[in-house]
Amino acid sequence: MAKIKVVHYINQFYGGIGGEEKADYKPEVIEGVKGPGMAFKAAFKDEAEIVATIICGDSYFNENMDEAKAAIFEMIKKYEPDLFIAGPAFNAGRYGVAAGAVTEMVQTELGIPALTGMYEENPGADMYKKGVYMVATKNSAVGMKDAVAKMAPLALKLARGEEIGSPEEEGYLERGIRKNYFAEKRGSERAVDMLVKKLAGEEYKTEYSMPTFDRVEPNPPIKDMANAKIAIVTSGGIVPKGNPDHIESSSASKYGKYDIEGIDNLTEETHETAHGGHDPVYANNDPDRVIPVDVLRDMEKEGKIGELHRYYYSTVGNGTAVANAKKFAEAISAELVADGVDAVILTST
Amino acid sequence: MVKEIERAGLPVVHMCTVTPISLTVGANRIVPAIAIPHPLGNPALEFDEEKALRRKLVEKALRALQTEVSEQTVFED
Repeated sequence: MAKIKVVHYINQFYGGIGGEEKADYKPEVIEGVKGPGMAFKAAFKDEAEIVATIICGDSYFNENMDEAKAAIFEMIKKYEPDLFIAGPAFNAGRYGVAAGAVTEMVQTELGIPALTGMYEENPGADMYKKGVYMVATKNSAVGMKDAVAKMAPLALKLARGEEIGSPEEEGYLERGIRKNYFAEKRGSERAVDMLVKKLAGEEYKTEYSMPTFDRVEPNPPIKDMANAKIAIVTSGGIVPKGNPDHIESSSASKYGKYDIEGIDNLTEETHETAHGGHDPVYANNDPDRVIPVDVLRDMEKEGKIGELHRYYYSTVGNGTAVANAKKFAEAISAELVADGVDAVILTST
Repeated sequence: MVKEIERAGLPVVHMCTVTPISLTVGANRIVPAIAIPHPLGNPALEFDEEKALRRKLVEKALRALQTEVSEQTVFED
């Protein structure tokens, strides 16, 4: 059998182009293997060959999704691959979104097997895991070896058209698909077994897990904006110069509450961003580009809004655990409600 | 975060660049922003133009907060 032809997608960082300063790098295709492709190459042995690698900047992809996808599609198609792999993206949010989007596009539009890999809390995971095979990885590149060890065999199986086992067996994220199989025991017996285990406090595994829908109904709109108290919350990491609370540049473990009384405008002298993972220059030069204190202050003076709340709240939304973000926001909301805030503007980078 | 604020009873507008992420995390009122590292600004513009751009985005966000919505809504224009 001929070697399976593979095209691999990676971001500007893994492509060796550069870090955040190169995140707006437009899609490029190179012949052969690059970066993490080396590990896949080793794992594929003689069975498959990475014929081309697509490199694209994470910000470019996310800010120009349609153009980026179209350009990347043409690049991939030219190589007539048998298989497509993207990532692994670990917990890099923009990379995860790009990897998921391209994998889904290739699978649907080229009709070839495709897979990607990322950490389960990567925003790209929730967006694309139902449509594509997505191997669960660790949250950082420390997990590269482990990720490739799971992705490479699954990729080969997909390319050979072999039967794919359950998410637990193969290591991919659940896609919410049920598959019929012949069980040894009938349903009533299995249900009773499960119930007995549950009553005994033992671990049991449901055969039909309920989907977790966590949606919150929108609150009613503000009726009287001219008398409303508006608060700013951000995951863009804007902090007073020097980052007094030492909010981490990624995987933040805390948030800050900062007084902006008497401040009409944030400047590079007074404030900066603590956010890592994207180029901080624009936010550092003018933090109003992330939280619009200047404009809201103007509108307060003009009577367009009642009041800009005296404090703003800030954390860094870069690889931050969902459980932490939830905890921060619960605490922040409780204070905002107690302070009589009517509505919130939340900005994200 | 946006969902927890909404859950606490406060109407909230999410201003962000990658709106698909915002939809996935469950924001109800979404205003698309300019770019990931500078959501409410554009360093290519002169200062006054840039501030006018920011003002327009904030006005849109305030409009979103004054609009009744029954489901996730992206306020395009």
